Amino acid sequence: MKKTYKIDVDCANCANKMEDAARKTNGVKNATVNFMTLKMSVEFEDGQDPKAVMQEVRANCKKVEDDCEVFL
Amino acid sequence: MNKKQKKMLIRILAAAALMILMNFLPVRGLVRFLLYLVPYLIIGYDILIKAGKGIRNRQVFDENFLMAVATVGAMALAVYQDGDYTEAIAVMLFYQVGEWFQSYAVGRSRRNISELMDIRPDYANVEQDGSLVQVDPDEVEIGDIIFVQPGEKIPIDGVVVEGSSSLNTSALTGESVPRSTEPGEEVISGCINLTGVLKIRTTKEFGESTVSKILDLVENASSRKSKSEDFISKFARVYTPFVCYSALALAFLPPLVRMGLMGLPADLGDWVYRALTFLVISCPCALVVSIPLSFFAGIGGAGNAGVLVKGSNYLETLSQVKCVVFDKTGTLTQGVFEVNAVHHNKMEREKLLEYAALAESASSHPISKSLQKACGSPVDRSRVTDIQEISGNGVTACVDGHRVAAGNAKLMKRLQIEYRECHHTGTIIHMAIDGAYAGHIVISDMIKPHAKEAVEALRVSGVTRTVMLTGDTESVAGQVAAELGIDEVYSELLPEGKVEKVEELLERKEGKLAFVGDGINDAPVLSRADIGIAMGAMGSDAAIEAADVVLMDDDPLKIVKAVRISRKCLRIVHENIWFAIGIKAACLLLGALGIANMWLAVFADVGVMVLAVLNAVRALFVKKL
Repeated sequence: MKKTYKIDVDCANCANKMEDAARKTNGVKNATVNFMTLKMSVEFEDGQDPKAVMQEVRANCKKVEDDCEVFL
Repeated sequence: MNKKQKKMLIRILAAAALMILMNFLPVRGLVRFLLYLVPYLIIGYDILIKAGKGIRNRQVFDENFLMAVATVGAMALAVYQDGDYTEAIAVMLFYQVGEWFQSYAVGRSRRNISELMDIRPDYANVEQDGSLVQVDPDEVEIGDIIFVQPGEKIPIDGVVVEGSSSLNTSALTGESVPRSTEPGEEVISGCINLTGVLKIRTTKEFGESTVSKILDLVENASSRKSKSEDFISKFARVYTPFVCYSALALAFLPPLVRMGLMGLPADLGDWVYRALTFLVISCPCALVVSIPLSFFAGIGGAGNAGVLVKGSNYLETLSQVKCVVFDKTGTLTQGVFEVNAVHHNKMEREKLLEYAALAESASSHPISKSLQKACGSPVDRSRVTDIQEISGNGVTACVDGHRVAAGNAKLMKRLQIEYRECHHTGTIIHMAIDGAYAGHIVISDMIKPHAKEAVEALRVSGVTRTVMLTGDTESVAGQVAAELGIDEVYSELLPEGKVEKVEELLERKEGKLAFVGDGINDAPVLSRADIGIAMGAMGSDAAIEAADVVLMDDDPLKIVKAVRISRKCLRIVHENIWFAIGIKAACLLLGALGIANMWLAVFADVGVMVLAVLNAVRALFVKKL
């Protein structure tokens, strides 16, 4: 399953870091962050609950870049 | 400017003003340090906080940390030598100016591009209880009647039931000439209705309509990253730690060597300063922001010109295309039969055409339609009697009391009429009137007006080989290819044959291969080629799905435009990569040698970023290509 979320982040490198953090989150198969459109599309592993996984993703993103937001 | 940007601008101005003011204050020692601390904190407090948080979260090597270390280091050196505090503040100041500029430029181009692609309809008008009501386009079902007033966007694909008007399709095709529409014609969502009220019966749901598909495609486009973008992310990941460790080594190794081996004074302050200069240059921001920005601007600009590119990776591949393979029908030719030539005997051209059209008037074959179209005026069927269709040969009929026979060579042989062969290629209709040969009409598929120009322009812009594939006969294919100046032709191919041919061409490995088709019957080929380009895809779902690049109208010159846009975009990308890495490497070297001071370092960081961003935005301007 694939879902797209709006994000807010200020710098391009930070967006790259968010992408990395999202990919490393458990339950995430793949993730891409598009800095230009401020969107994150996340592909979940089968049988994962997107809501729970996204909480984790958001927390991990906050860790690498304090000044970011993922709108769930 | 948004709130954040305004606040930042105020901080920048305040810090700059304070810093200049301090220069004129006659204070020394600790007071001076404390006074200078004010502008430093005004401009840099958030960086320091972020750096602290970064360390707590074990994300040490980020640009906040680097800037914090560099400026705190510079401050400490200044305290130690009671020297120049402005340097540390200036570095922070310029860094913030750079960040501010970047966020402003990115915000601007985001807005620009979303304005360009502003085709999303907000509502649909439907009739409820005798009055027009605006509803969410999502709620309209297939077969419902919607009303579109002049000045409104058509929200959903459909067929005009009532009213005629002209439509502005420029948001979809980049074409500025309005298109006229009448009852019975299909209309596509996203066009703007210009003159009259249209009553439209929808044929699709909103989600399946052209406009939704296009928006979906554009919004997801830059998620498919190009090789250049991947390279930059990887580079950034290696670059920053590399510079940090080098800085550490630079700060302490040379002094140790000087002291231990050479017996010279350690000069620690000087080397630490050089190391701090290193840190200032280390931020990879110029690269990291400008490359995706170039692609984003390129895709946005292309979209505005009626060329939809599905991802940065495709834009990149398109720029490397060396071989372009065309499907013939619908791509280079119009795919519509038209009367190409009339070779008449004694009878006038118009008269001959009229007789032909009348004789064929009962048939619904495309050929009969093209005859009627060439004739101009609608035919009066009451003039025709006794129509006999001879399958595979043609027709005989009685027109105005004359016996007219219209058909191929077989028909002429059958009626034992002497006919003349024609040297033209295409479908030949021989005409006999009252048993005497009256001439023949050549009907063929017309080459598109700009096809020859397009093939020529492609060659000029660096395409080395052009190939045409067609299911048509060899003679027709050969003639079209010769007329257009195409290098290679393969004719009488079935759809599977086209895939095989493209695979053969791919095996030659002469650069990237693009296949251009109209999306009908050639979806497998579109997906097999390095780049599949679908033409005139307004309304053809299969083409939008299968192709990597979708041209919104069927003018072959759009292919050239697409290639040029991609080349320009990639040229900018490469300029930025080389420029940014080059300047940074040069400054690192100069910094290590002690020639570059922190001011130069800040230029290397911020100046390069500003220039790279400005250069990237250039990719948006594609009108004149």
